[in-house]
Amino acid sequence: MQSHLPALIVIIPLLVALVLPMLGRGHKPWFLATLATWGVFAMTIALELQVSGLARDPSAPQTFLSYPIGNWRIPWGIEFRVDALNIFILLVIAMVSAVVTFYARLSIGSSIPPERIRFFYAAWLLFITGLLGVTMSGDIFNVYVLIEVSALASYTLVAMGRYQSRKALSGSINYLVLGTIGASFFLIGVGYLYSVTGTLNMADLADRLEPLHDNRAVITAFAFLLVGLSVKMALFPLHGWLPDAHGYAPPIVSALLSGVAIKVGAYVMIRLIFSVLGVEFSFVKLPTGPVLWVLASLAILLGSYTAIQQTSLKRLLAYSSVAQIGYIALGFSLANENGLTGSLIHIFNHALMKSGLFLVAGIISYRLGEADLNRLAGLGRKMPFTMAALTAGGLGLIGVPLTSGFISKWYLVTGAIERGLIPLAVVILLGSILALIYVWKVVEIVYFKPVSDLAREVTEAPWSLVLPAWTLIGASLYFGVDASLSSSLAQRAARLLLAQP
Amino acid sequence: MRDQVILRVVTKVTIPFILVFGFYVITHGELGPGGGFQGGVVLAAAFILYGLVFGLEDLEKIIPRRLTDAMAGLGVLIYTGVGLVGIFGGYNFLDYTPLRLTGADAAESWGMTLVEYGVGITVAAVMVIVFREVSLAATAEK
Amino acid sequence: MAFFDLFNYWIFIVLMMIGLYTVIVSPNLAKKVIGLSVFQSAIFLFLISLSKVRGGAVPITVPPAELYSNPLPHALVLTAIVVSVSTLAVALAIIINIRQAYGTVEDDEMEKAEGH
Repeated sequence: MQSHLPALIVIIPLLVALVLPMLGRGHKPWFLATLATWGVFAMTIALELQVSGLARDPSAPQTFLSYPIGNWRIPWGIEFRVDALNIFILLVIAMVSAVVTFYARLSIGSSIPPERIRFFYAAWLLFITGLLGVTMSGDIFNVYVLIEVSALASYTLVAMGRYQSRKALSGSINYLVLGTIGASFFLIGVGYLYSVTGTLNMADLADRLEPLHDNRAVITAFAFLLVGLSVKMALFPLHGWLPDAHGYAPPIVSALLSGVAIKVGAYVMIRLIFSVLGVEFSFVKLPTGPVLWVLASLAILLGSYTAIQQTSLKRLLAYSSVAQIGYIALGFSLANENGLTGSLIHIFNHALMKSGLFLVAGIISYRLGEADLNRLAGLGRKMPFTMAALTAGGLGLIGVPLTSGFISKWYLVTGAIERGLIPLAVVILLGSILALIYVWKVVEIVYFKPVSDLAREVTEAPWSLVLPAWTLIGASLYFGVDASLSSSLAQRAARLLLAQP
Repeated sequence: MRDQVILRVVTKVTIPFILVFGFYVITHGELGPGGGFQGGVVLAAAFILYGLVFGLEDLEKIIPRRLTDAMAGLGVLIYTGVGLVGIFGGYNFLDYTPLRLTGADAAESWGMTLVEYGVGITVAAVMVIVFREVSLAATAEK
Repeated sequence: MAFFDLFNYWIFIVLMMIGLYTVIVSPNLAKKVIGLSVFQSAIFLFLISLSKVRGGAVPITVPPAELYSNPLPHALVLTAIVVSVSTLAVALAIIINIRQAYGTVEDDEMEKAEGH
């Protein structure tokens, strides 16, 4: 029995997104959107069980699930292809979207005019649909189209922050221009690859590109693809759009953008470097490794250093995201199993931590109207649960043992030492020290300063806001203590990527 | 611009031809150059021409806002519906085989035409919406 | 001459650079978006020019021919044009909102309004 789950995971949010603008005001849009994201989460778990079943079954012909759209034979048709790497990223997207959409009711209800709320949720679901599709698609042009679908939705969602601050609009147009240029570079890369091989299916491309390692068009395509994806994943130095876009967007939008969207960009880059072009081409023939080491290190150090100087909580978290993407890039640029596992597991852990932290920032906006750091003074006493979540998430960013951040850093440092690259291990540890500085800065204001006038009347936030934030941060703490599930999934995916011939 | 006689008369004469050409382009997408997006834009061009010459209030009378909003979603629903017919028939998403409505070989034809119409309706509606909203914002400024 | 054989690639590069230059240098947001459009049109030119086969017939099977031009890049470019038009629409909507919020669409005036 053919499982239709890959198609349904993308179709259900798309259909619900189309239905939403026809509903009126009130909470129906939020309710349907939450149902849709919860449904997607359930389907993703079912899909994971199917893929794991295939991996364990010795008589199964292949370890991935292939779903040809329209039943057109591969490689002429577009296929959705789910293997150990995809399903891991899909779980991240589905889980975080489900929790954040539930949180959205009060957060969006209070910050966007009622007549626009249904359009917000429609764009929100389209954004999630695009991300899910990018992760599953096995056709490189289909990946470009779905990247653009999610990107267009996200430009609109970021601009919706205009009801709090008009800088959301300038952040959004900057994001739009840079994001479109990045996606267009990706398209140029696809064009060059097509001109050389004549196929767009990623598995077929991998086969046809094997004898073509010296072809100048392939090298050019690789360059264009990597630059385009660096814009999408906000890798230094193409991260300029991120602080404004993530800093001024509505908090749940920042949560999904920082937590999930840039990770999907990283996933596409990992897929291209390891599966399509191959380790031999990317790391032996071309100096991709050293280039990425330098850029990732600069991202970690400069990102964390700039985060220390921020005066707004959301911008601080945004610059921290730049640094965390540096960790992820460092991980996969090491091209060994520990490095790749560390990179993938950090995708998972950081998604949980950063989304949780942005939800906390959203709670602060909900109660206080703005997340300027000075206004947070003394909130530790007024909103104990929320501030505890902030502290726990911050500890995760530093990488304190017993948090999931520690697990990722452990794999990354082990991977760096295995390659003999001690300076990179030092960079990772320096990044933790810088993170300690900016987290301490926030914790000090929250717990050790006297209560500001603004916060005098404030009480703890409603449970429907605190519970989702604690779910994400709590999950990040849980996976720091018992990392068996996340690290086994990540290791399985890493082994799959490195096992390519 | 309704006081310009030539514009008014020529517009009223050419709009039916533009609409027919738009439907022709959509329907011929499966056999030759054409298809949903191109035909949809031509259809929208007819309505935009009407809006330019006769004004936005008259455009509102012909295509009210609720109709364009509904059409925008309807087109995508047609497309996804054709895809889901594939799933309900026991095949994959967007498999046209269950659409053997007028003979064994006609499935591809029916599938492609329905899908192109879905795309055409959505594209036409969205173009008219964009035109209307941008014009309203521009005139509200003055 | 190799130069004239490859003239489609040269035009693609020149147009792409014109577009990128406009995006980087213009202080006016609407002009930036126009530059973006030019840049994307260059890419479409590149993709379509890949499909032309010297001596190939138009890819319609009736009447049958021996060598056809490649119709696939045309489908790719159509999709990419749709994406480009949607991006343009979203960009214009945001620019209209910027005009309403800031009163201007020039970079330097917007920065002055924020007190930078």
